[in-house]
Amino acid sequence: MWVVFKKEIRSFLGSFIAYIVMGVFLVITGIFMWLIQENNVLDLGIASLQVMFNIAPYILIFLVSAITMRSLSEERRLGTIEILTTRPVSDTSILLGKYFAAVGLIVFTLLPTIFYYYTINQLADPLQGVDSGATWGSYMGLVLLAASYASIGLFASSLTDNQIVSLIISMVLCFFWYGVLSLLGDIKALELIGKSLEWFSLDFHYQSISRGVLDTRDIVYFLGFIATFLGGTKLVFESRKW
Amino acid sequence: MSIQVNHLSKRYGSQWAVNDLSFEIPTGEIVGFLGPNGAGKSTTMKILTGYIPASSGDAVVCGFNLNTDSLLVRKRVGYLPEHNPLYLDMYVTEYLQFSAGMAGVSQIKSAVEKAIDLTQLSPERNKKIGQLSKGYRQRVGLAQALIHDPEVLILDEPTSGLDPNQVVEMRNVIKNLGKNKTVLLSTHIMQEVEAMCSRVILLNHGKIIADDTLEGLKQSSPNDSLETIFRNLTNSHVGSI
Repeated sequence: MWVVFKKEIRSFLGSFIAYIVMGVFLVITGIFMWLIQENNVLDLGIASLQVMFNIAPYILIFLVSAITMRSLSEERRLGTIEILTTRPVSDTSILLGKYFAAVGLIVFTLLPTIFYYYTINQLADPLQGVDSGATWGSYMGLVLLAASYASIGLFASSLTDNQIVSLIISMVLCFFWYGVLSLLGDIKALELIGKSLEWFSLDFHYQSISRGVLDTRDIVYFLGFIATFLGGTKLVFESRKW
Repeated sequence: MSIQVNHLSKRYGSQWAVNDLSFEIPTGEIVGFLGPNGAGKSTTMKILTGYIPASSGDAVVCGFNLNTDSLLVRKRVGYLPEHNPLYLDMYVTEYLQFSAGMAGVSQIKSAVEKAIDLTQLSPERNKKIGQLSKGYRQRVGLAQALIHDPEVLILDEPTSGLDPNQVVEMRNVIKNLGKNKTVLLSTHIMQEVEAMCSRVILLNHGKIIADDTLEGLKQSSPNDSLETIFRNLTNSHVGSI
């Protein structure tokens, strides 16, 4: 697993995907947090990173899908999957290596935003008045959310040997699980059914963790979600043996 | 015995790609897998390397059964797939280090040096694979196949697409390797077999139609060239169906 992980990270760095993803994420969240009128931290007058945590899930849908789109599809297109899977390494280790490399890159992308936290903490009145519980909760939620997106992305990548198709499938699935399901909960006519469906949305649990309360139900939901999509990926990956 | 294949079959839908194949290859032999396109050569090789499972039958490679001990077999087999797939954006040494890591080699540095040496890759070792000529790419493919010093080498059309000089060089490399390894290579060029192999297994429509030493094949019709024997065998087989 470690060998695949290292190779993936090197390939992210070598193909500039890593720099593009980090750059785009930081620029967009930066613009929303500090520049957009009425919405920026200084105009709002509220010492919190809420603006970033609201916009980040949508940016990550695109970025995580872009990171994972070639993970397996490129191996299939090049035929290197044949070399990879005839090595004395299990399919699970190959998939986990690729998965954790993608998650690692996202976590690394989120790290510089800690500067935002520091800055706002310094600007706050009273000094260091940012609700740190909610902030760390939100970071935790964001990592779990991105890890869930990555499992969707890897799954999408296992379905096709075309990167663009993989990107689109991944974005649609991420948006469905994050946005569409939670919107259903807002439809009053659906009543309980809508609320039940909303429980299955990533957004519901992300918001819950963002409040700064680490509820085991949310953690279990995210881990279960990731395990399900990784399991699906393994199933598709092994379909060559059927 | 390095490779023992017992009643191996592979079916895709209603079509048999490989149909009841049985053969044995003793240690240290270079065997040519011959046959027209679609005869089942690549499928058999994919099964022997553990990429796909057989529909029925089994195979024992280096003493381990493929159905039950696939990982142990894969440790002892080096494989160069058809069309030689490579990561074009990786450097030669970087790729070989990765291959060594995947193969579970403990002394990665020395294994890479040895593979580079054996395949005479050193002039191009610091280049990206995408910048290499086809001949050198083929050598990289071979180098990754033997990075873990496997007992068995399975090479699917190792010389296809190379120019005549590169073909000769490649043949020499493989011949040298065959001195202490079992090699199963596929081709549909007769001269190739003559130059490298001691024995031929001729496949057509997923079945073995000849399994003999080169001398044995030649003696079967002394007046014909191997090429003609090959064509006669494959054509008559088609006729008999």
